Amino acid sequence: MKAKKALVITQEEFIRQYRNHRRRIIFYRLLILVVFFVLWEGAARLGLIDPFIFSSPVRLANAFIELIPGGMIFRHIGTTLFETFISFLLVLAFGLAAAVILWWNHSISRVLEPYLIALNSLPKSALAPILIVWLGNNMKTIVVCAIMLAVFGTIINLYTDFITTDPDKILLVRTLGGNKIDILFKVVLPQNFPSLISSMKVNIGLCLVGVIIGEFLAANAGLGYLIIYGSQVFRLAGIWIGCAIV
Amino acid sequence: MNKILEIEALDFSYHTLSGETKAVQNVSFDVFENEFVGIIGPSGSGKSTILSLIFGLLTPTAGHIRTVKASCDTGDTPIGYMLQKDHLFEWRSIYKNITLGLEINRQLTPDKKQFIDQMLHEYDLDHFKNARPSQLSGGMRQRAALIRTLALKPSMLLLDEPFSALDSQTRLAVAEDIYHILHREHKSAILVTHDISEAISFCDRIVVLSKRPGTVKKIVPIHLSVSEKTPLKARSAPEFRDYFNLLWEELHDEG
Repeated sequence: MKAKKALVITQEEFIRQYRNHRRRIIFYRLLILVVFFVLWEGAARLGLIDPFIFSSPVRLANAFIELIPGGMIFRHIGTTLFETFISFLLVLAFGLAAAVILWWNHSISRVLEPYLIALNSLPKSALAPILIVWLGNNMKTIVVCAIMLAVFGTIINLYTDFITTDPDKILLVRTLGGNKIDILFKVVLPQNFPSLISSMKVNIGLCLVGVIIGEFLAANAGLGYLIIYGSQVFRLAGIWIGCAIV
Repeated sequence: MNKILEIEALDFSYHTLSGETKAVQNVSFDVFENEFVGIIGPSGSGKSTILSLIFGLLTPTAGHIRTVKASCDTGDTPIGYMLQKDHLFEWRSIYKNITLGLEINRQLTPDKKQFIDQMLHEYDLDHFKNARPSQLSGGMRQRAALIRTLALKPSMLLLDEPFSALDSQTRLAVAEDIYHILHREHKSAILVTHDISEAISFCDRIVVLSKRPGTVKKIVPIHLSVSEKTPLKARSAPEFRDYFNLLWEELHDEG
């Protein structure tokens, strides 16, 4: 049998290899982006795709530059960001509070469980037109639309994490004389902090989707409005800019 | 010696949809100051249930548990509880893990902090104050867990198989460590274990429980002819084997 020769490398060599590997990863990431834009631009110029429908990177850049004077584009971006941020914070607050209440009282969670599952599986975007009737053609509708999209999933996920907290750690706090508030603040919340962070990562995306859907229907500013306005007046570059920024 | 715990005719049952299960029946025994009492018995004989009843995590169906504040006790918590695993929280440093009980009981006073620093120093953990639990060995973790319990200055400790999660060598070393610490701090203890040798080497008296529902079959006082009893020295005592055989027979004789 042939003995396997161990590879001995120095610390400098190890760091050099590690840096090279990282550089290669960044290079390929950028390469994919550049190839995509080159192919898109090339296909549009060679007539392989219709530039009016599919636009092209250069057309997009020109349309973006056109929107800069007067600060219109920044107003749209700012509006969407503001609405997303507000709905994200509200989802976090409602989601966390509801999950804590459900964890605290087992009976409440048993009663509400089927309703939460039903509300979560509801196609919330279909309710957006009703929200306009209820809340009016304003920012409230957009924020509520975004909250509805994200909050039920957040409650269910956080609650599931809370009730699966290590029972031995809970027992430990009880053996140290802790009550339910201590269990919540010393074990349940710290142990589930990583899942809270991952839920926040998902929520920021979901809130953005909710805000865009809301802006499609009830807005006079924002990237969703820019997209829907572009499609109505056949300014497809506007749609693409909206999509690209989103 | 002063009595610090009195258990009298203790019964406990738990309920499920399929019916009532008697876990513990008519259990009586006492614990004296500075005494180590072992509880052994088959699986499901209610050993851990008895500890939960003593601590107050469960309420007895019948019977009485009386804790008498020991004369040497200067603390505020009569009973400390040490679980099978250390359950140190990875998101806290060792120091913050140790002060958890004090935080919960709002007793994080300069006096208690000084007491913790002194214990960390005595038990070789002062260099690991700011370390995370995962950076410590199994034995060090168990020592940290013990300091966490002792920080509340209990007069008596309930040890629920505290060595069973350790490998056999570490187990002997940690048992030796904890025995010394408890003796030095003048604590009484009730040790629940599956391990007959561990019970003989650690305890002054052993309560043998029957299978479910757990009743007291026998209480065996341990007298070993060693100059200074420690868990390791106890194993080489001439009476060790006789006690082992006696307890083995008690455990396996269910007639």
